[in-house]
Amino acid sequence: MDKTDVTDPDYFHKVVDCQWACPAHTPVPEYIRLIAHGRYTDAFMINWESNVFPGILGRTCDRPCEPACRRGRIEDKPVAICRLKRVAADNRGPIDDRLPPIPAFKNGKRVALIGAGPASLTVARDLMPLGYDCVLIERDPQGGGLMRKNIPSFRLPVDVLDEEVGRVLDMGVTTRFGTEITSLQSVLDEGFDAVFVGTGAPRGKDLRVPGREEADDNIHIGIDFLSSVSFKHIDAIGKRVVVIGGGNTAMDCCRTALRLGAESVTVTVRSPRADMKASDWEIEDAEREGIPILDNHSPKEFILTDGRLTAVVFERMRAEYDDTGRRRLIPTGEPDVVIECDDVLMAVGQDNAFPWIERDAGIEFNDWEQPVVDRQTFQSTRPGVFFGGDAAWGPENIIWAVAHGHQAAISIDLYCRGEDLNDRPPPEVNLVSQKMGIHEWSYDNDVSNEQRRIVPHVDPALSLRDLSMEVELGFDVQQAVDEAMRCLNCDIQTVFTDQLCIECDACMDICPVDCINFTQNLEEPDLRETLRVPAMNHEQALYVSGDLNTGRVMVKDEDVCLHCGLCAERCPTGAWDMQKFFFFDAKAQPEPTREQPNAA
Amino acid sequence: MTHILKPQFRHPKLRTNALGLTRRDYEGVISTLCAGCGHDSVTAALVEACFDMELPAHRVAKMSGIGCSSKTTNYFLNRSHGFNSVHGRMPSIATGANLANRDLVYLGVSGDGDTASIGLGQFCHAVRRRVNMLYICENNGTYGLTKGQFSATNDRASKNRRGMETPFDSIDLCNMAIELGAGFVARAFSGDKAQLVPLIKAGLHYRGFALIDVISPCVTFNNHTTSTKSYDYVRDHNHMVGRLDLVPEREEITAEYEPGTSADVTLHDGAQMKLSKLDESYDPTDMETALPVLERYKKRGEIATGVLYIDDREQDLHDLIGTTNQPLNEVPADALCPGSSALDAINDAHR
Repeated sequence: MDKTDVTDPDYFHKVVDCQWACPAHTPVPEYIRLIAHGRYTDAFMINWESNVFPGILGRTCDRPCEPACRRGRIEDKPVAICRLKRVAADNRGPIDDRLPPIPAFKNGKRVALIGAGPASLTVARDLMPLGYDCVLIERDPQGGGLMRKNIPSFRLPVDVLDEEVGRVLDMGVTTRFGTEITSLQSVLDEGFDAVFVGTGAPRGKDLRVPGREEADDNIHIGIDFLSSVSFKHIDAIGKRVVVIGGGNTAMDCCRTALRLGAESVTVTVRSPRADMKASDWEIEDAEREGIPILDNHSPKEFILTDGRLTAVVFERMRAEYDDTGRRRLIPTGEPDVVIECDDVLMAVGQDNAFPWIERDAGIEFNDWEQPVVDRQTFQSTRPGVFFGGDAAWGPENIIWAVAHGHQAAISIDLYCRGEDLNDRPPPEVNLVSQKMGIHEWSYDNDVSNEQRRIVPHVDPALSLRDLSMEVELGFDVQQAVDEAMRCLNCDIQTVFTDQLCIECDACMDICPVDCINFTQNLEEPDLRETLRVPAMNHEQALYVSGDLNTGRVMVKDEDVCLHCGLCAERCPTGAWDMQKFFFFDAKAQPEPTREQPNAA
Repeated sequence: MTHILKPQFRHPKLRTNALGLTRRDYEGVISTLCAGCGHDSVTAALVEACFDMELPAHRVAKMSGIGCSSKTTNYFLNRSHGFNSVHGRMPSIATGANLANRDLVYLGVSGDGDTASIGLGQFCHAVRRRVNMLYICENNGTYGLTKGQFSATNDRASKNRRGMETPFDSIDLCNMAIELGAGFVARAFSGDKAQLVPLIKAGLHYRGFALIDVISPCVTFNNHTTSTKSYDYVRDHNHMVGRLDLVPEREEITAEYEPGTSADVTLHDGAQMKLSKLDESYDPTDMETALPVLERYKKRGEIATGVLYIDDREQDLHDLIGTTNQPLNEVPADALCPGSSALDAINDAHR
């Protein structure tokens, strides 16, 4: 293999599995260390810079970081990253003096942001400090989008939501709430310099099975139901409720139904449980509240008695997978299952929908009625009109919307300055030694053996009666410190300098997880096989040195490295060093001053 | 010195041996030696060899004296027996222990000071008595623990860090051991585990006195450019006289050897030693021709490594003096101490 190019920021970034997996590339280990030090405000600000909604995401994020966490590969459970984020938000001090100043004199550019969800709010957050005049247009009376409408307040308290949405609006965003846009052309006609569409995926899918239309009064689309509950248009539901669907919306629907007074709530899913789209922890939370989840149940018919819905008939299914892994659901032939009920909540997916965009407005749509959007610039086929969040490519989640918002803001800024949208600003990258003494580092390299801490919940006897009582209490300080110490500090990189190595093997001998090898160089597949412990996790890189004096190379399998620094401690020549890799994804930046400072 | 404990986490795919143990189950506490010390590599090689041999830790007795090298018995096999003796007196303790319990595997770890200076007399007698043990001398040519004076194995050509020469000739432990009747004598380099690990295994299999003189650089006091025991010098002047493959009895020999290029020695426990020659003139089974060849290497400043001598008779102390076949702790009490009438009978025989 060729010598690894560690000057490519992607190499070390990829080693920080959590940060690499995060769409917004939040520097996770950095803020976890700050939490361990009790520096909650600093930890909060790192999050706020990167993902805008630390308090919201600390409760509701889809957490792509956690399945990626290296800790999950050396023991059962990853670090509870999401819950630690909430700790930073819960315990932070005042931050007003840390927020970016908003220029009193605007740059004269006006940007329309359609839909007040996380994507649009992120664009506003990034553009307001640059002097843009942002106009946020929203159908609902308040901002927040799906975070307000579709996430029940027992998971996300309204005051947390109001605070974090308000922090963006307080930058001086012009809001037009309660204004539904029925024509994009009318917005374009207002002469904005750029338009961002962040209208989400507001259309819930429906199921066309016999009895659907007749029973319409008692069949509700999941996201519409949640939003009506959120805006207090619905405050009761039938005694027996069936929820159809296996995603997070279904989990929110069933738990909400329970709090509205339903006595029995049943969730039914067409697919096997293992294929359910809902996050494991949301399934757990629903089951903890006593809600049964029946998998392999496909709705077949709605039964009405005297013109009113009384039951749903389900066909039993089983999954078959062909050679390519494609799933087919096949009826098992077992007798149908009839579940009696008063109301049905349908949470079988959602789509973005653009009936309000004129098809002659210069925005191209594909065969599935989705706008054609550039994956890097987020620009549609009409220059100056950008898409992000669920509006761009269908339902994702909040953290993706934030990531889209940051990128779209960069594009809008470049566009308004007349520059090339593909000329993206580089990320902020730094790599600096953490050596403080002979065997002392500026981070705690003693790997904790503690198990993942479990977040305490409020007594269900209380929470099930109160729609707005938050179920999770969050970590206390001691739990937070214990959990934070489980982080392996994957951003503290093992950096190897070929020229200094005397091949004494000390690093190889001490490594507790057999990452380090000195061996003959081979092509990658062979090299992976011949290591002390074969490197069979192909998603993880091999760090290969240049040729050493004996003609061998150092090969490190990054897979389960504990970042304990023992290789560097046992290295007599400093060929190994522990260096902190800091990566901060680019955001829309102030225009560089034309005059370079005089080097002399 | 490293302040943290070695993390308990291990690679989830780490291989286990027939005892269900991983390599890490053969470790001890974290080393307190200088970073980069050759001794730590010897420790790692011992761990590797014991893991491969599937040795149960409780069947091993680690014996050592005083010195950096003698500290290392704390860094491996932390569930084995051990005795850390007075300086240079490890051979006596090992001899006594071996006489009392012949069934344990005796592993002595010593250094050039402990072996060739204060303990030279002890060493010589353990060799000539053919105590059944593997004696590893971690040889760095310097007294590291007392800040780098010349040791008795330092070559005359080797200067210290300040450029000072020694006026004395060095002691060659391998030559001495061959002459004194050691059955298995090898030399190795701590920086070459591919060679060292099979040698350790062969030494542990061998019945009788087995010596491995491991050149193990002292990174702090003897790793400079004018030293003959530095990493660089040993790498540049290492001449392997032969390559050793050790095949345990239960495994089939699969490698092919050209006829005439290898000598086969079958050990008492059925393990096969395959010695393929790298130096045509060298025959490790013939002391008379081997010693002059070793002398020639030494004169040229080269370091001959590999199995230097092997005596396939495999005699040990118990064979020589005809002791009981059982460890003393298994001999019934009335046989072990037959009473005053038996003593009277012995005394009467001498009257």
